[in-house]
Amino acid sequence: MTSQAPRTPRTLFDKLWDAHVVTPESETAPATLYIDLHLIHEVTSPQAFAELDARNLPVRRPELTKGTLDHSTPTLPVGADGEHPYVNAEARAQVDQLRENCTRFGVELFDYDSPQRGIVHVMGPELGLTQPGQTIVCGDSHTATHGAFGALAFGIGTSEVGHVLATQCLLQRKAKTLAITIDGELAPGVSAKDLILHVIGVIGVNGGTGHVIEYRGSTVRALSMEQRMTVCNMSIEAGARAGLIAPDEVTFAYLRGRPRAPQGGDFDNAVAQWRQLHSDDGARFDREVRIDAADIQPTVTWGTHPGQVAAISGHVPAAHDPADGGGDEAKARDYMGWQPGAALAGRPVDVVFVGSCTNSRLSDLREAASVLRGRRVHPRVRMLVVPGSEQVKREAEAEGIDQVVRAAGAEWREPGCSMCIAMNGDLVGPGQLAVSTSNRNFEGRQGKGARTVLASPLTAAACAVAGEITDPRPYLTTAPAQRTATLEVA
Amino acid sequence: MRPFTELTSRTVVLRERNIDTDQIIPARFLTTTQRQGLGQFAFNDWRRLPDGSLNPDFAFNRAENAGAGILVAGRNFGCGSSREHAPWALADLGLRAVISAEIADIFRSNALKNGLLPIVLGEAVVDELLDRPGLELRIDVAERSVFLPGGSRVEFALDAFARTCLLEGVDQLGYLLRQDADISRFESQRHPSTSSRQEFVHAS
Repeated sequence: MTSQAPRTPRTLFDKLWDAHVVTPESETAPATLYIDLHLIHEVTSPQAFAELDARNLPVRRPELTKGTLDHSTPTLPVGADGEHPYVNAEARAQVDQLRENCTRFGVELFDYDSPQRGIVHVMGPELGLTQPGQTIVCGDSHTATHGAFGALAFGIGTSEVGHVLATQCLLQRKAKTLAITIDGELAPGVSAKDLILHVIGVIGVNGGTGHVIEYRGSTVRALSMEQRMTVCNMSIEAGARAGLIAPDEVTFAYLRGRPRAPQGGDFDNAVAQWRQLHSDDGARFDREVRIDAADIQPTVTWGTHPGQVAAISGHVPAAHDPADGGGDEAKARDYMGWQPGAALAGRPVDVVFVGSCTNSRLSDLREAASVLRGRRVHPRVRMLVVPGSEQVKREAEAEGIDQVVRAAGAEWREPGCSMCIAMNGDLVGPGQLAVSTSNRNFEGRQGKGARTVLASPLTAAACAVAGEITDPRPYLTTAPAQRTATLEVA
Repeated sequence: MRPFTELTSRTVVLRERNIDTDQIIPARFLTTTQRQGLGQFAFNDWRRLPDGSLNPDFAFNRAENAGAGILVAGRNFGCGSSREHAPWALADLGLRAVISAEIADIFRSNALKNGLLPIVLGEAVVDELLDRPGLELRIDVAERSVFLPGGSRVEFALDAFARTCLLEGVDQLGYLLRQDADISRFESQRHPSTSSRQEFVHAS
């Protein structure tokens, strides 16, 4: 029986939370929250399976956990010896361990021989495993990505991976809510990556701590699913464990026909339910922030955390800058090798990386290729382009993107996390400056002593061509047709 | 987990704000399949000079900090990734508590599962602790309090459940496993099984 009594308006987060509470939270205990989809990879799962073994526990719902290989996997192809070129024996052992654990516990693994293997946060949506209304967790902080579908998705530690394997549940206190409303049109050359870097710059690297963010407004509604994933992906870079976007026609169109999404009449029924997943009029958020899309330019980081951003036309904060919050700006400038007040544009670049769960989807690779087509990567620059999944790789190759990348002098790699977490041997050298489409510019993130500038795929590709940090907008016009043709034939 | 009721120890100080998990343990040390033995890699890239030798200026390398069980750090400690290797590495170094004006959500959650107590105190108190490394503090979990030398007491927020878990050494997985009946009920009521999908189709 459905009650006609008016309910208190609820946020999208409230609705997702309420629908998954097994045991409500109380003064003395957190809520027990049911998890619909659990994604695992080789790096943060072995100790969780070991815990199950130690207690002689089975996986409660093996069909709700899916495994992939992405973090420590090589992005170079299998060698002449038929072996994957792992960075070391430990990395190989980690992959072998996940394979053994999945076999033993009956968990589906998207292994090297799967045409669907990919970075966990690329693969889940691509397969239609990720769906509106779900709770989704993974031992990876960028699980926030899946919030783009109106799913409550967040990163967990390895102990919690064990909790989900054993009970399909987590102990959680309900987070606060932060509405970030972005209205207006993004200017040409300004992408979802610029938008989220700008947002983190506004609210700060800890601006979302303790909160679940809901991204709202006309700018967000106009984004494609891939762009929405880029936005939600970096929620954790503002300290928020989860970011949400209410599902709409864009979401439903993306999911229709995906192999693991509901099919046929089930899909239509699902859509009817998914339409309820939005914040009600009058729903109250704990905090609200408004951002005007017109204020957003191509944006990059200059410092050593993702909140230290500036417009590409801007400058590193000067020593006396009132924005200098008291110490870490000076340290970041020193690490990055900037003079106080230096212009961002014109700084020589050593490495460019296009990839990661933030920006390795087909549209990202298309954007990078649109800049590279008919142009050459600057001789001083090493550029890696790493598709996010086997499917992205296939689709990109079907369009000739691999040819454009190679013709420009960049490397076209196998799918994986690669130089974002830099634990598979894809490294930026000490003191080198990398312009990267990944999500973290922490000290040493891309290799000991490496310096990272986070940017959009358009900006990264433009920097690769220019050999220095540069505004991508002059590169938006297509290259002369004749040169393009020559290169594509070559 | 061992019960954690009280700790008296000296502090070691890292003044930096926004110390992320890539600093606490760089990603290249995550290829392990074990929890143990990660302390040797804690803060590796701050602890070691480019030639691999120990940096004598780094707090954890100074003789006077040997055995310190409390880390006092700048605001937003533990931001970044969800790697539980971060609290594993810190606990393996011998740390039992981290004090900061702000601690990142996932790190805090992971720390509590490993007997590493995350304590958030007001900016003014933390600033004082940052300025005076090596102070001997007493932490009382039951009282949710830090006692400074001289006896002054500063209370900190600690979720009642987390407090019980620490005091009694509660095993969170065991706690969840005891909810099996509730979880099964939830699954049969809500989660799409063959029978519920069947109903769904009939309803359309």
